[in-house]
Amino acid sequence: MRRQSMMPYLAWMLLFIIVPLLLVVYYAFTIPSETGNVWSLENFTRFFEPIYLKVLWRSVYLAVLSTMICLLLGYPAAMIMVGNAFTRKSALMLLFVVPMWMNFLLRTYAWLTLLERNGFINVLLSALRLPRLNILYTNSAVILGMVYNFLPFMVLPIYSVLSKIDKDVIEAAGDLGANSLKVFMKVVFPLSLPGVVSGITMVFMPALTTFVISRLLGGGQFTLVGNLIEQQFLVVGDWGFGSAISVIMILLILLSMAIMSFFEGEESEVAPW
Amino acid sequence: MVRFLKRSYIYLLFVFLYMPIAVLMVYSFNDSRSRGTWGGFTLKWYGSLFRDRTIMSSLYSTLIIGVSAALIATVIGTMAAIGIHNSRGFLKKLIMNITYIPVLNPKIVTAISLMILFVFARVRLGYLTLLLAHITFNIPYVILSVLPKLRQLNKHLYEAALDLGSTPAQALWKVIIPEIMPGIITGMLLAFTLSIDDFVVSFFTTGSGVSTLSITIFSMARQGINPKINALSTIMFVFVLALLIIVNVRQARDEKKERNGKIGAKKQVSPYALEFGDS
Repeated sequence: MRRQSMMPYLAWMLLFIIVPLLLVVYYAFTIPSETGNVWSLENFTRFFEPIYLKVLWRSVYLAVLSTMICLLLGYPAAMIMVGNAFTRKSALMLLFVVPMWMNFLLRTYAWLTLLERNGFINVLLSALRLPRLNILYTNSAVILGMVYNFLPFMVLPIYSVLSKIDKDVIEAAGDLGANSLKVFMKVVFPLSLPGVVSGITMVFMPALTTFVISRLLGGGQFTLVGNLIEQQFLVVGDWGFGSAISVIMILLILLSMAIMSFFEGEESEVAPW
Repeated sequence: MVRFLKRSYIYLLFVFLYMPIAVLMVYSFNDSRSRGTWGGFTLKWYGSLFRDRTIMSSLYSTLIIGVSAALIATVIGTMAAIGIHNSRGFLKKLIMNITYIPVLNPKIVTAISLMILFVFARVRLGYLTLLLAHITFNIPYVILSVLPKLRQLNKHLYEAALDLGSTPAQALWKVIIPEIMPGIITGMLLAFTLSIDDFVVSFFTTGSGVSTLSITIFSMARQGINPKINALSTIMFVFVLALLIIVNVRQARDEKKERNGKIGAKKQVSPYALEFGDS
């Protein structure tokens, strides 16, 4: 039980976590010139040009929208699963997470098959003599992909917080004369807030940084912040700009984590996803 | 009535979650190439899947990298967990925070930062860089699986072993490691699953010629729909399902043991609640 046993790990993390992040920061704050790289904020100021702000705005908009849909769908689901409508709760939760274990790309690809012009949904709709649905390669398809991929991240933390609420507290509120709406608004919801906050972060962060969903379901011309970073590194080769966007992303994530820990307090028992 | 509505709501969500996978699986047996029509049952897509050189070689790479990354990450991570468990105060906090970086960072940032490192250090992108990258994002999950087991461990076990005349190394190997083995195995399985599921990090840290399954699926999916992917999905889903069942059975067994044995057992990181936001 010696402390030296973590030395390989420390060396590893220094080399593969700390140094790479420092390199990202370095590239973000420098631009190439004839005399080598010089310090500059140009990469950041460039991000505030309208075309890039539009990309950021679209990413935030889609991420917020899909997070809200996940919350609206997920909160009732978590409540129902905590309640007594079902008996085998752990099996139910397992059923909820099994699809998450399917390869992420295959899950997203599956929606291609469903949403295609001659895909499953349209075949079904025309068999029922309903109008066809053509949303592939639009915002709606991207949001659908995000909701589909990230919904369990919303349900899991809310479920885990709700299942820990003391039943006596709810009964006490009822005994003291609160109707069920009031019990929910004044007791259950405030107590479940840590789960809601962590659910929101767990959906919002991957939704904000995805580039696969937008690439596959949004079509080639569809750009989110994730796609922008990918392009800078793999197509344009502008590491400085790509790094600057990454730094901005890290700051956004840190900000949302700060908000999250503010709401959650010290003793969070929600599993770090 | 309310109960019925509640149940229907959950069932509808399950339809939403499972329909895409089910449709993929059904179409993998469809003789007609177009999704709209059912051309009869066939296994031909499975045949052409196994004959596809690109898919087979990327499957091979995925498995090689998954297994080696999981093994190496398990060794480093378990050692790290033992060290972290025995350190205190600021140092411990600092190390735990560093451990959380790859877990919390957007995958794409981890990916590009590693890519920058490798290109900067002039390491040729390929098998080696893929392996290093996978080990890096796997280690934290191993640590987070092993640490709770260490916390449950009786402090005096190690001392007792020493008192009874074993060397520190013997005490570690014969007493501590067997006690925390369930956590180590869970961590290793998790690491392996994360490795085979990863797309983003692999996409940025691989070089020409080396491709994992996820990367191959991505490039195939960009060209549209391909029944071979459906067949592949079916196989992967069944495989992952089997793995998941093994992990969960193991965990249920551990929990049962805990309930019968030790008091004050801390919550285990549940592997099925972990992040798959591999976007």
